[in-house]
Amino acid sequence: MASVSFDRATKVYPGPVVALRELSLDVADGEFLILVGPSGCGKSTALRMVAGLERISEGTISIGGRPVNDIPPKDRDIAMVFQNYALYPHMTVEKNLAFGLRQRKTKPDDVRRLVDEISRMLGLEDLLRRRPGQLSGGQRQRVAMGRALVREPEVFLLDEPLSNLDAKLRVQMRAQLKRLHEHVGVTTIYVTHDQVEAITLGERIAVLSEGVLQQVGPPQSVYDHPANVFVAGFIGSPPMNLLEGTASDGRVVVAEVELDRVRAPDGPVLVGIRPEGLRPVGGDHVGAAFDVGVDLVEPLGDEVLVHGSIDGLDGVVRPPDAETPLLADADADGAGSNVTIRLPPEERPSAGSRLRVGVAPNAVRLFDPSTGRAIETT
Amino acid sequence: MSSITAPAPTLDEPIDLTHLEGETGMVERPRRRLLPFDPWHLFLAPLAFVMLLPLVWMVVTSLQTKAQTLHFPPILWPGTPQFVNYLDVIRDSAFGTWFWNTTVVTVLVVASNLVLCTLAAYGFARIRFLGRGFIYFVLLATLMVPLQVVLIPTFLIVKQLGLLDHLGALVVPNLVNVFGIFMLTQFFRTLPIDLEEAARIDGASRLSILLRIVVPLSLPALATLAVIQFLWTWNDFLWPLVTILTNQDAFTLQLGLATFQGAHQTQWHLVAAANIMSMIPLIVLFLLAQRYFVRGIATQGLKG
Repeated sequence: MASVSFDRATKVYPGPVVALRELSLDVADGEFLILVGPSGCGKSTALRMVAGLERISEGTISIGGRPVNDIPPKDRDIAMVFQNYALYPHMTVEKNLAFGLRQRKTKPDDVRRLVDEISRMLGLEDLLRRRPGQLSGGQRQRVAMGRALVREPEVFLLDEPLSNLDAKLRVQMRAQLKRLHEHVGVTTIYVTHDQVEAITLGERIAVLSEGVLQQVGPPQSVYDHPANVFVAGFIGSPPMNLLEGTASDGRVVVAEVELDRVRAPDGPVLVGIRPEGLRPVGGDHVGAAFDVGVDLVEPLGDEVLVHGSIDGLDGVVRPPDAETPLLADADADGAGSNVTIRLPPEERPSAGSRLRVGVAPNAVRLFDPSTGRAIETT
Repeated sequence: MSSITAPAPTLDEPIDLTHLEGETGMVERPRRRLLPFDPWHLFLAPLAFVMLLPLVWMVVTSLQTKAQTLHFPPILWPGTPQFVNYLDVIRDSAFGTWFWNTTVVTVLVVASNLVLCTLAAYGFARIRFLGRGFIYFVLLATLMVPLQVVLIPTFLIVKQLGLLDHLGALVVPNLVNVFGIFMLTQFFRTLPIDLEEAARIDGASRLSILLRIVVPLSLPALATLAVIQFLWTWNDFLWPLVTILTNQDAFTLQLGLATFQGAHQTQWHLVAAANIMSMIPLIVLFLLAQRYFVRGIATQGLKG
């Protein structure tokens, strides 16, 4: 096993298009790191640079302390699982598993032993004679993992390995992947655009946007303390509510409501509150509370998402990567919802009703509207 | 729940393109029919008959006596089949030599095309090098130039090589066919690059990737190329006519067949018998590899 470190790694495509800008990041030996971001953010490029499938334009990538910029993929001792698995369609599962070993001139006896071991571990024994075309999505996925693991690589790279699976299987495979990593313990870099996958799987997650690293940290701390507006919007579903407010004399006011226990330098601020940070309260509630008109209710079974508009708050702040609304004028005339609240199903309000919501303690994050960066709230 | 259980189509579905033929993805609606067959057959059957007629007439002619071949109106059925015509051809001409020569030339040309076109096409499809696009363009441009235009320069080159009147004159200029490079390049570009990247990570060299991944996945395209090249080489008349001047030992079938046609009279029954014998390999090939013929003609869009 080995650590992986990016030192100001940059990838520039002809154009020039900067796909990755000065990424500096250390992945510890045996760590499970997730690279997450929207499509086109450079996460796959970063992974392919580690694999040696893309040249490194500037900077250095090291594996186990050894710079690998000029080392071809086969000598980097890495293995990769591709999004579409890239199993060799004309070979049986057994030959797919053995291909890498045979290319490395492993002794036939050892090839057989290693293939046996890995197929037992991943439950592939009954599939060895089949070709990829005869396998289900989940089976292909397991073969792809097996092909990567059988060589006992130093670093294991996964490029959106679950995105071709259906929703149910994805959840199962997610849990299995986590168990597999605990079992094998190999340094793993995992690329995904799915923030749920990122939060559930990773020991640490690195959030990328437009080729720039936004934040690295344990999933919970990234979720709780997003470094900027982008991370606040990208991590978490639905995204963090962003409300326009102002700070004066150290107090922060949104829609004429003063927030408790929050201080910020004077000027406009963006107030971020997670959907679960807003709770319905009675009229006798002491402390900050908003009056919300309920526009739309989405029941999800185990919870209810309420989209509403805070009284006295015009305009909607959307996170940088948000989709344009289907009804384009919903934002323009101020009629769009500007807050989302997560409630237990038994507290489901009806559309058109009114709700008074209080702000949970420690739920408020502040951002600088001009830079988008988080402001220390203490 | 059926909506979530179907796995998304992935690139490691069978790549064999032959599976796609005839799959329109539409459900045939039961139709009331006036005829027990598709109405198109009313048009296609006479057309097939017209196409088949020359072949039938050739078979008939090959079984007639010389007098019958010259009879007017034509006799469509010989009374007693003259199988002796076939024996006459084999006994009185160097048919065996011609057949052997043609086989040698065709096999060499097809084999070298498969190897060399594959190597060149892989380079054009996958390896980045300075001037790749330009060189590819120039090569393709040569496809637009008919053989007749380059006949004399090619003849002079072959002469300088000292190959005139040798089978080598038929093999060397045809070792690589630009059409083959073009066809395979286009095919290789359709193969998923992920497979090759996976193989690179697995430790395979370029050559190993080509041999173990690309070629096995390209067998349908290679078969098509082999079939087309076989057909062209086997039937080629003009180039052997130009380069094989006097050496009867180096005659190919097409040259040999022409010797039956004299200035003053033609022995039609022998011409027909020899033609049929020369066609046997093509007919066998066609029966074995019919789908590759069809695809070849569909992909080349050039002469057949």
